[in-house]
Amino acid sequence: MTRDEITTGLAEILEEVAGVTPDDVAEGKSFTDDLDVDSLSMVEVVVAAEEKFGVKIPDNEVQNLKTVGDAVSYIEAQS
Amino acid sequence: MAHTDVVVTGLGATTPLGGDVASTWDAMLNGQSGVSALTPDWAEQLPVRIAAQLAVEPAELLDRVKLRRLDRSEAIAIIAANQAWADAGLADSGLDPERLGVSVGSGIGGALTLLSQDDILEASGPRRVSPHTIPMLMPNGPAAWVGLELGARAGVHSVASACATGAEAITLGMDMIRAGRADVVLAGGTEAVIHQLPIAGFSSMRAMSTRNDEPEKASRPWDKARDGFVLGEGAGAIVLERADHAAARGARVYARLAGAGITSDGYDIVQPHPEGIGAVRAIAKAIADADIDRNDIMHVNAHATSTPVGDMAEIKALRQALGDHPVLTATKSMSGHLLGAAGALESIATILAIRDGVVPPTINLDDPDDGLDLDVAANKARHLEIPAALNNSFGFGGHNVALVFTRA
Repeated sequence: MTRDEITTGLAEILEEVAGVTPDDVAEGKSFTDDLDVDSLSMVEVVVAAEEKFGVKIPDNEVQNLKTVGDAVSYIEAQS
Repeated sequence: MAHTDVVVTGLGATTPLGGDVASTWDAMLNGQSGVSALTPDWAEQLPVRIAAQLAVEPAELLDRVKLRRLDRSEAIAIIAANQAWADAGLADSGLDPERLGVSVGSGIGGALTLLSQDDILEASGPRRVSPHTIPMLMPNGPAAWVGLELGARAGVHSVASACATGAEAITLGMDMIRAGRADVVLAGGTEAVIHQLPIAGFSSMRAMSTRNDEPEKASRPWDKARDGFVLGEGAGAIVLERADHAAARGARVYARLAGAGITSDGYDIVQPHPEGIGAVRAIAKAIADADIDRNDIMHVNAHATSTPVGDMAEIKALRQALGDHPVLTATKSMSGHLLGAAGALESIATILAIRDGVVPPTINLDDPDDGLDLDVAANKARHLEIPAALNNSFGFGGHNVALVFTRA
């Protein structure tokens, strides 16, 4: 999977879970500051991402995933 | 003792009869039934396959992403509260949030969330359980969400007294204003538990109508052929306001909430006292609290749920507490029984009956029970000057609440 494909996949999840406009999702964007994803929605995003990409994202990793790019890199490395 | 005058300045509701107050009231005056067949697959195995389902789905009124975080009972509480808030003209009114309170209850709470998340837990494991589960199922959830929506900071309260919840929540709202804790309180009730487990539970108590072939005729308070209540879902909200606060801002006033009476039976967990002593005491307290003569009460919106025992026990209580002059109705014949929202919806019907000078009908009252010796607006709305009216609500647990509304 390319980084673009992972970003698109994350954008789909973010739209479903938190109502984020897909066009707003880019690697440099912060989940909390730019995309307005709160902590409970972030839990939903993580669980949905695990399912979609077939990876495990432990809770102690989630705090390191500040931006969409961080999440893309983590998923890319795991898959 | 003279109390601070409390008036009603806003109404909101989403019910089996309509998505707002105007459509619900219109349907009531026309004697429409909100009861229909339950079509989900799970209904097939149940002895009861009818219910009074919402006329307008919350998804038509609230944003999809917001709905993901809301139990159905919370979503409809927000819808009703926002309507009442707008109706009262309080949006952008500059009301100090620290003088705004909320008192909204539910009889059962977020049962749909509990059950659906348990399905997910069993099928997919704990990690798949939604992080929104707890705020969706907690019993204070509807009140908390309404408080958040309106920015209320004088205190947010969630009453639970089964089918008396809505009326008790309104009483608490009145008390908040009388005690000087708030100038305005959004008060009401909400319920959304149309699901096989609550239906099976009520049904095992033999409390529900099984007239599955004739849904619209199933809820028939005081009729000889009544065989139990029909479960309904919905929410009702009213804006209570200190009278001088409402007058100062030139608010439209629907009616006064003149008094309330609350008692408990201390008798049985589900059976009402056979002589209706608790109900009689609640009505007497409400009249005394309102400081009016019982002869002023020309109309009663009764609790009457269409159960064989409860309906007639209430008649005895009303005769003893009020005499035989008021014109009664049981709007549950049309709306079904909204449990924790019943007292709120029926308060709205009582308030509008006073305002419009009309008693909504009790439909399906074709063959009145022999013990029915009071005047009921059977099957047709009736015009009537109503200076004061009573709304009764009783709940499992022995809760009795009587509210007295008077003309503004």
